[in-house]
Amino acid sequence: MKNILKYTFALLAVGLVSCDPEFDSPVTDEGFYTSGTADLSNYVSVGNSLTAGYADGALYITGQNNSYPNIMAQQFSFAGGGEFTQPLMNDNIGGLLLGGNQITENRFVLAVGPSGSPSPVRLVGTPTTDITNRLTGPYNNMGVPGAKSFHLVAPGYGNVAGVPTGAANPYFARFASSESATVIGDAAAQNPTFFSLWIGNNDILSYATSGGAGVDQTGNLDPSSYGGNDITDPNVFASVYSQQVEALTGNGAKGVLINIPEVTSIPYFTTVPTNAIPLDAATAGALNAQFNAYNTQVLPGLAGMGVISPEEAALRMINFSAGQNFPIMTDDDLTDLTAILQGPPFSLPAPLAALLGQLRQVKSDDLIVLTASSVLGTTPDPSNPQGVIGVSIPLSDQFVLAVSEQARVTAASNAYNATIQALAGAKGLAYVDAKSALASVANGGIPYDGGILTSQFVTGGAFSLDGVHPTPRGYAYTANLIIKAINDTYNATIPMVHIGNYATVTLSNN
Amino acid sequence: MKKVLLIAAFALASAVTYAGGYRVSLQGQKALAMGHTGVAVINSSELVFFNPAGLVYLDDKFNISAGVSGVFSNIAYQDTESGANARTDSPVGTPLYLYASYKATDWLAFGIGVYTPYGSEVKYDDDWAGSHLVNNIDLKAIYIQPTVSFKINDKISFGGGPIYVTGSVNFNRNLNRTLTDLDGNRANVTVDATGVSNWGWVASTMVNLTENLHIGATYRSEIILDAKDGDATFENVPNSPLTPFEDTKFDASLPMPAEMTVGMSYDFCENWTFAFDYNRTFWDVYESLDIDFANVNIPDSKNARNYKNASIYRFGMQYDATKMFTLRAGYYFDESPVQSGYFAPETPRNDSNNFTAGLTVNLGEHLQIDASFLYSQFEEIDASYNYYSENGQAVPFKGTYKTNAFVPGLGLTYKL
Repeated sequence: MKNILKYTFALLAVGLVSCDPEFDSPVTDEGFYTSGTADLSNYVSVGNSLTAGYADGALYITGQNNSYPNIMAQQFSFAGGGEFTQPLMNDNIGGLLLGGNQITENRFVLAVGPSGSPSPVRLVGTPTTDITNRLTGPYNNMGVPGAKSFHLVAPGYGNVAGVPTGAANPYFARFASSESATVIGDAAAQNPTFFSLWIGNNDILSYATSGGAGVDQTGNLDPSSYGGNDITDPNVFASVYSQQVEALTGNGAKGVLINIPEVTSIPYFTTVPTNAIPLDAATAGALNAQFNAYNTQVLPGLAGMGVISPEEAALRMINFSAGQNFPIMTDDDLTDLTAILQGPPFSLPAPLAALLGQLRQVKSDDLIVLTASSVLGTTPDPSNPQGVIGVSIPLSDQFVLAVSEQARVTAASNAYNATIQALAGAKGLAYVDAKSALASVANGGIPYDGGILTSQFVTGGAFSLDGVHPTPRGYAYTANLIIKAINDTYNATIPMVHIGNYATVTLSNN
Repeated sequence: MKKVLLIAAFALASAVTYAGGYRVSLQGQKALAMGHTGVAVINSSELVFFNPAGLVYLDDKFNISAGVSGVFSNIAYQDTESGANARTDSPVGTPLYLYASYKATDWLAFGIGVYTPYGSEVKYDDDWAGSHLVNNIDLKAIYIQPTVSFKINDKISFGGGPIYVTGSVNFNRNLNRTLTDLDGNRANVTVDATGVSNWGWVASTMVNLTENLHIGATYRSEIILDAKDGDATFENVPNSPLTPFEDTKFDASLPMPAEMTVGMSYDFCENWTFAFDYNRTFWDVYESLDIDFANVNIPDSKNARNYKNASIYRFGMQYDATKMFTLRAGYYFDESPVQSGYFAPETPRNDSNNFTAGLTVNLGEHLQIDASFLYSQFEEIDASYNYYSENGQAVPFKGTYKTNAFVPGLGLTYKL
């Protein structure tokens, strides 16, 4: 019997030597992946909606889980990265409440309509995230949707009392350390060993998405006087941006700076074609007849009088043809002719004069915003089937980012990017050219193991249903770009993710 | 001499076994301890499985063998490109066997066997990197085999019988790499079928060239388990006409391949036996795992397997050390039926070296305790499954696998 026991134990011992199969070099071993000269143990991300993981027109939990900083942090964990916390929303519906009243809209989902074609709709449901429920931070992810560059250094940006007036941000109000806290102060107070900073997008984006409704504030150094849709002065940007980099590098932290992409890279501006109006020959002919006097007499007359330049006269010509046509629009950069047209020699009736006052046709190099798709070609007055937006009713200026407006956006973003790149160079920080990368997505796309990532709205995979913010797959692509820059700059070997494992748009019929 | 053998046995055991595909070679503790050889070993009613023809040469009137093994198998996966890694948390498998033989006359014996030569139980963490291929699988097949064995003379005998198989399968995987419901829960499907049955047969011969030298051959037929009207259950599917997945029935076929075994055994130096078996498993029948959903709106699931026929080379030694103890050791090389590019994580099998040891303790005239131990270790392998596709584009699932299994087993033999 003693022998039996002996043999049994001997047999068991053999089995227990290596119960678990071990790789020669397991990825989970310390040193398999390295952080190089960077220390990833306490990573803090600072930025706006992109950093927060905002998508589909809202912030919600699964979007936050797929934020690029969170994806990066998961990869950092292979190379010494620590815990990464986020101020998670309360649900996957997405809207915000202030004292029980909904103040931001729910997320978009892709729903199949009665016609059988899928389109983005707002998810129906009552959100449960009330911003008066303050979270106990701090959080590694300091992304605040809606924040512009100068907001990050603005005390009181997280004061819930300032939310109704627009003086404060509802997202930051949820997790600001105090009513007077600044985003950058709360970030720096965490003593990050590593940071990412992606800010400045909204400094041009709200101007662009509003079709240039705001003011280009270049030259105005007082951001407190800016409206919500204005372009931030590049010197203001440079000043606050360098403050932020100073604050984040104060304790010697390494980090990565990310530049500002072109608005023309995002489907919000590239989905609706400029010639969106289909007309048959008869309708086109009838319309041309109506505009004949305007084209052949009024415009040359005004040019001859010196009221408008010959170039503006040419720009204002209205011309339709059989096939796809450019809609008519109001352009507030044009000379307002409303009063002049009511006087001699034209003596037009007031409504007609108002219609023609700042009228032109959309040009091929204008950009029509995504939201125009729900108004173009519609008849707002059901009793007047002739009143078609884009044909007989001009498309509002807010739906079109005109060439002149695009130029202001480009000028400002180029200036911001020069600042970002220069600071990265001066501070020895990693630098990500998101502008070029997103341009590649928009022009031809990025091949991956399940297809090609493009900026095609809904189907391209990179952009969520708001047409501005990435999908999880788009964020994963962004995370890879940033990881690559970190690896290159700091001699690190942080592994990248397979972007095909990240979802795109979410399907749901309400 | 006894000491030498023990050392040799344990040295082998500490080096590296298991069978390719979803074949589980655990059909008798005596045979397993000798590298699962037995087609030419006249030893016990384990012959019902290994070679029915041999039953007639047993000295005993009755011989009953029963046993159970504990299969502790582990799969580790990693992808050095992304850092993704996983370890299976598979439940301990407990394959059983029961054999009984009755020698009716000098030239005729009957037997019955119940055993489980095919099966697989693998459980990854849900939503792991390869969850679009498998989250977990539990495949069981129970063979029930009445047997007859008769000898022409002392040199040659024949045996065989029909086999009734009843099986079940439960398989879960995510629908693809990304689909979720609104709350981010991955959409997945479970297919479940039980009581799937079919018939097959076994035939064998035993030749005693001399008193000490035996050769044997056994052929076990292919048996296809056709699951009809199994249950397919879909979970976490978004509410959308674009994803028309709803619970339905399914049909699928899973083959239990035919297996040919030839081998020999040789008794020498009074107390020693050497055995060699060669198995050929006709895996080429397993071309594709196709799940045909009853609901026409749900696309059928085609999963290319394209297995190839594979061989196993088995060697075993037995030493009757004392009246009380019989010691055994063995080795086998198991060739994987999985071809390059078809390495699916539900049965990640590459070639393996397998080492076995065991002993029988004689408790009096009639009762024996049979213990065995099997350790299978597979070489680390970089492999991929290239036949998963999204939107018509193949999306290979690549990575490094390392697999092992250790299988202690215990059995009883009662003879009269």
